[in-house]
Amino acid sequence: MQLTGTQTLITILAIALGAVITRFAPFILFPETKEPPIFITYLGRVLPPAMMGLLVVYCLKGISMECSPYGIPELLSIIFIVILHEWMNNVLISIGGGTYLYMFLIQVIFC
Amino acid sequence: MIKTGVKKDFLKAFTLAFPSTIPVLTGFLVLGMAYGVLMQTKGYGLIWSVLMSAIAFCGSMQFVAITLLTIAFNPMQAFTLSLMVNARHLFYGISMLEKYKGLGKARAFLIYVLCDETFSISSSVTIPDGINRKYFYLSISLLNYIYWVLGTFLGSVAGKYVHFNTTGLDFVLTSLFVVLFLEQWKTPNNRLSAMIGIIGTLISLFLFGQNHLVIPAMIIILVTLLIGRKKLCN
Repeated sequence: MQLTGTQTLITILAIALGAVITRFAPFILFPETKEPPIFITYLGRVLPPAMMGLLVVYCLKGISMECSPYGIPELLSIIFIVILHEWMNNVLISIGGGTYLYMFLIQVIFC
Repeated sequence: MIKTGVKKDFLKAFTLAFPSTIPVLTGFLVLGMAYGVLMQTKGYGLIWSVLMSAIAFCGSMQFVAITLLTIAFNPMQAFTLSLMVNARHLFYGISMLEKYKGLGKARAFLIYVLCDETFSISSSVTIPDGINRKYFYLSISLLNYIYWVLGTFLGSVAGKYVHFNTTGLDFVLTSLFVVLFLEQWKTPNNRLSAMIGIIGTLISLFLFGQNHLVIPAMIIILVTLLIGRKKLCN
């Protein structure tokens, strides 16, 4: 522990404040008592699919194309999830199956 | 009489919400434990890890902040870094304005704990008729919050005794996002926006590298969505 107790607490609160601002800002800027501008309503509708795309890429950002295993476990697992989801259409089975395959690939095949 | 009605409504919503949080339960326990262990190795015990998880509740920033806790005291730097790492919440908030409307006191809590995983689930799920909307969102948010704090707690106290090979188990969160992406994809109207999200983030990844990709990606996505408004509205 590098910092004193008080310093640690202040650091925690500073980080929390940053997070709280990013979370509350939209709700404070566009309160529920007032109709938000049309472009905000539009963004609220189109942002979720786009952000889901962002989160997927964000999770895979660490993959290296230069060294083994070149993102192959991730690619195979995602293909498996797509097939599984198309076939069974069950969120939990798709997620469980994909995760299981990924663990198997990196612990047994590509280790 | 009224009280038992409320309890029944909550239980009904909770029972429906719980299964959709199971992937988060898995992912948050693993990552939360990893966080608790990592904090422990830097000399920060149970109290500090759990306080951080319970008050700040921002997974990726908490991992970034471990470095901040091992260098000279600089709360201003911690604050600005937190703003940047957490900037994506702005878009989650905009997306949830409509859904979190009219939920009274529960709303403040829902906003306080709005994280990637909660946003993904709550923005994708269609709530069936007869299910109380407030209790449903509350269940998802509360469960995900508890998982993270619980994982941190377990990692701090028992992390070193876990020998089960969990390598790769954190992929459960990637899988969750992939599946919820596919769920969004089912609606043809969402597809263009979904592609903009993927391509915009990839462009940002190649231009700015993996450590600084989120804010440029958000800007690319925002601008593209606004420019393509006519096309996307059809």
